[in-house]
Amino acid sequence: MKKENTYWNTNLKYLVLLLFIWFTASFGFGILFVDALNEIKLGGFKLGFWFAQQGSIYVFVILIFVYIYLMNRLDAKYKTKE
Amino acid sequence: MELQYWIWIAVGISFSLYIGIAIWSRASSTKEFYVAGGGVHPIANGMATAADWMSAASFISMAGIISFNGYDGSVYLMGWTGGYVLLALLLAPYLRKFGKFTVPDFIGDRYYSNYARGVAVFCALIVSFTYIAGQMRGVGVVFSRYLEVDITTGVVIGMCIVLFYAVLGGMKGITYTQVAQYCVLIFAFMVPAVFISIIMTGNAIPQIGFGSTISGSDGVYLLDKLDGLHRELGFHEYTTGSKSVLDVFLITLALMVGTAGLPHVIVRFFTVKKVSDARKSAGWALLFIAILYTTAPAIAVFSRTNLIETVSNKEHTNLPGWFEKWQTTGLIKFEDKNQDGLIQYLADPEINELTVDADIMVLANPEIAKLPNWVIALMAAGALAAALSTAAGLLLVISASVSHDLIKKIINPAVSEKNELIAARLSAFGAVLLAGYFGVNPPGFVAATVALAFGLAAASFFPAIVMGIFSKRMNKEGAISGMVVGILLMLFYMTKFKFGWFGGGTNEDWWFGISPEGFGSFAMLVNFVVSIIISKLTPPPGEEIQSLIENIRKPN
Repeated sequence: MKKENTYWNTNLKYLVLLLFIWFTASFGFGILFVDALNEIKLGGFKLGFWFAQQGSIYVFVILIFVYIYLMNRLDAKYKTKE
Repeated sequence: MELQYWIWIAVGISFSLYIGIAIWSRASSTKEFYVAGGGVHPIANGMATAADWMSAASFISMAGIISFNGYDGSVYLMGWTGGYVLLALLLAPYLRKFGKFTVPDFIGDRYYSNYARGVAVFCALIVSFTYIAGQMRGVGVVFSRYLEVDITTGVVIGMCIVLFYAVLGGMKGITYTQVAQYCVLIFAFMVPAVFISIIMTGNAIPQIGFGSTISGSDGVYLLDKLDGLHRELGFHEYTTGSKSVLDVFLITLALMVGTAGLPHVIVRFFTVKKVSDARKSAGWALLFIAILYTTAPAIAVFSRTNLIETVSNKEHTNLPGWFEKWQTTGLIKFEDKNQDGLIQYLADPEINELTVDADIMVLANPEIAKLPNWVIALMAAGALAAALSTAAGLLLVISASVSHDLIKKIINPAVSEKNELIAARLSAFGAVLLAGYFGVNPPGFVAATVALAFGLAAASFFPAIVMGIFSKRMNKEGAISGMVVGILLMLFYMTKFKFGWFGGGTNEDWWFGISPEGFGSFAMLVNFVVSIIISKLTPPPGEEIQSLIENIRKPN
């Protein structure tokens, strides 16, 4: 029982961290702070615009693969076989 | 070679491919019919999910909408991709662990109630039907433009194809045809984008190209030039927004949560072998989707710039052939108000002489950029692949809802496997006919409701599923009242402001300035609050449910 609880709590910890990044990259950089970030330019892109139409999507993809990696490691640590 | 021949070849080859796959992978048991036997490889499932997910709206309309709305179009880009993070982190692995066939299955078992199951079936049917009618319409439009048949014939051909492989193959047939359809649609989307990017900016990667300088100019950035053109013609600057921050925020949220709550997307994660594969599938699916979604804003910028440069202040008798072709479909309208023979394309509706439907931007783009005929033919095949794959996925949800959730679980639990399979095929058949009817006689509100299907999914399923996994205290009373209040509130708001029921209303009457598209976020919040309050006032779920939740949370 104890073992399962730590497994679940670690999982929740990962979720909070990853969802925080998810929120920051899209709702934060792409919507709430877009005007401030637009002052910075990345090549021909205004940074806020870039986050809204490109950056946030790249971040989403990376987040899922990071989660896959973390959970596979966690599963291995608790030696689960499916 | 003539364009028409190329189109027949591209469509003919891709269709025979789908039919061939359907025959090879037909389903023989209910498990194969509902979840492809549960043994699909995560990468294949990722591709199938991507094709299932990217509908005619993603392929045909999205880049066009962004093209006309600039920054404001970002809600679709973030909204329709960010939902996969929620899916992968909050839903997919647990639902796979739960290991049944459908979303109402989970709701019904987790909330130990056939009423909950019934409500979930009702929500699944409403969401899926609003969505599928739009797909059949998309098929009809593509056929009528490219194969020069009328829309009705187009829809009927599309119906026969979908019917063939959905009814025969079930989820198994659909999954493998969707893999093929993904390849067709992504190739069709990327080829013109790469071509145009090279022509306009000299960079072969469209994602970088649209932030680069224009070829042959002295270091002028494409986006700066487009912003300049927009200012000149009186349009809102392309790279900044004109909608309120609150509305952009809520629409994005509704689309994300709605994506995670769509039954035809969730059910895909029941088709893989194990829990870790469900996570992997979500990752691959988003990667495959991201290829199209990061290219779409580039296409939007290229086509917008090209369009303005091709038509603005040009003599209308001197325009390339595509202009007239699209004019005959009514999707481009030109009226020479000041009789000077030139096209004034301006923001001010009083003196503007040209209206261009957003839906043609992707399809006309290769023609506007003067690409070879085979590329245009490819677009037709790609658009059809996008519409058909999504329609097939939705059909399966509808048929499973009827045969599995309604007949097997509620009406007659004693039904034999063989009869259930017959019922599944018959309901798929009925659903195709109904969808086809809406494709031929589209209710005026189809386009408007497709976006709202997300609000409905967000307002109904998402809270019930998430709390079913993450809260042990949530009980049937809470979940049922949450779903009912959520979906009714959303239905009320969308019918009031979109179809003028309940006294109608204009933009000024929106509650807190929230558009119907963004209202799903609000209705979802209400669903959460109602569920939590009601569940506190009623008894908690029993031992059995506690251990069911323990079990879906455990690694294994």
